[in-house]
Amino acid sequence: MAGSKEIRTKIKSVQNTRKITKAMEMVAASKMRRAQERMRAARPYGDKVRNIAAHMSQANPEYRHPFLVKRDQVKTAGVILITTDKGLCGGLNTNVLRLATNKLKELESAGAKIETTAIGNKGFGFLNRIGAKVVSHAIQIGDKPHLDKLIGPVKVQLDAYAEGRIDVVYLAYTRFINTMKQEPVIEQLLPLTADKFEQTEAEKKAYGWDYIYEPDAKSVVDELLVRYVEAIVYQAVTENMSSEQSARMVAMKSASDNAKKVIDDLQLTYNKARQAAITKELSEIVGGAAAV
Amino acid sequence: MSTIHVDVVSAEESIFSGEAKFVALPGEAGELGIYPKHTPLITRIKPGAVRIQRADNDEEEFVFVAGGILEIQPDVVTVLADTAIRGHDLDEAKATEALKQAEEARANAKSDIDFAKATSEFAIMAAQIAAIRKLRGK
Repeated sequence: MAGSKEIRTKIKSVQNTRKITKAMEMVAASKMRRAQERMRAARPYGDKVRNIAAHMSQANPEYRHPFLVKRDQVKTAGVILITTDKGLCGGLNTNVLRLATNKLKELESAGAKIETTAIGNKGFGFLNRIGAKVVSHAIQIGDKPHLDKLIGPVKVQLDAYAEGRIDVVYLAYTRFINTMKQEPVIEQLLPLTADKFEQTEAEKKAYGWDYIYEPDAKSVVDELLVRYVEAIVYQAVTENMSSEQSARMVAMKSASDNAKKVIDDLQLTYNKARQAAITKELSEIVGGAAAV
Repeated sequence: MSTIHVDVVSAEESIFSGEAKFVALPGEAGELGIYPKHTPLITRIKPGAVRIQRADNDEEEFVFVAGGILEIQPDVVTVLADTAIRGHDLDEAKATEALKQAEEARANAKSDIDFAKATSEFAIMAAQIAAIRKLRGK
């Protein structure tokens, strides 16, 4: 029975691997549900802020916040890169990093300097490896993202933009479409594009009045827009997290399936080897008896 | 009896949504009491309790908010609540902290951040105590 012990050891080790991947799959599945709930819970806030901001920009056309003003020349670009903290989630990070790298190259070839903010461990490590300038980062976000952790790192970019040190800010993350499909995207965060604040006819009609502002319109608009941008980033982080858990679940499921296949193959080889050994032994006995 | 729709939302979740007869909350320039058909108004709010008198069972509901922005329309009140105490100093402190972290040299900034943190914690506590007193005093 040549190699039967080796085959048995191998089967055992693959079985252990499968146990782990199976467990990770189930953990990811339950985390995914919660991540999706969190993603949905974050939506109303963003919508509300957008509505109010849209109305205020309509009602106060004379005041243009720097976030809304497009700059002609891009000397320095900011990139906020959202990735996961942990690996083992298929091609999720690879895809978004590839997209971001292409954007960085494009910006560099246009002669722009780049300042990046990394949210998530994987992106942070990547940006450091390629030698990009990382001005701020947020890592170890955990399973439950808190806006609290994001405010500081994002504010670094917003301040730089408001002061004119950065002319455009991009946001790269993985958009959650459904459990099977996630799509890496890179969007322009600042300046805020005007179409986001376009109002429908019905909305225009409904808003035939203006607010009383306390203390004044400018300071409220300022505060609101900062919150709006933060809400977008937070939304992106929750989407990224939903994507991560779904991608991990799918990746771990296919890993478990593959392990199953490997185990089956090995089992077949093992059985064949065992059968061959028995047959050989029998024929030896029969041969021996005939000789006597 | 007319009612007003109240939404209290934070970036992380929706905290309260329902019809109310009356809402009271701490505006930046002073306490605000809102009845239905209030004139449109927008203001910042301070950390404190939002008191909502529900339309369905007349019960009073207290929601604690750490500041944010209040928007009033004649039949809708929206409170965009912050998830944590915000303030110019504190936001600034967070940004500085992030910057320092990136530079991995944060020897000097610590005391400022601690002070801002302590102030904000104090503000939260004070507001919470005030809210509890209000509840007890009823």
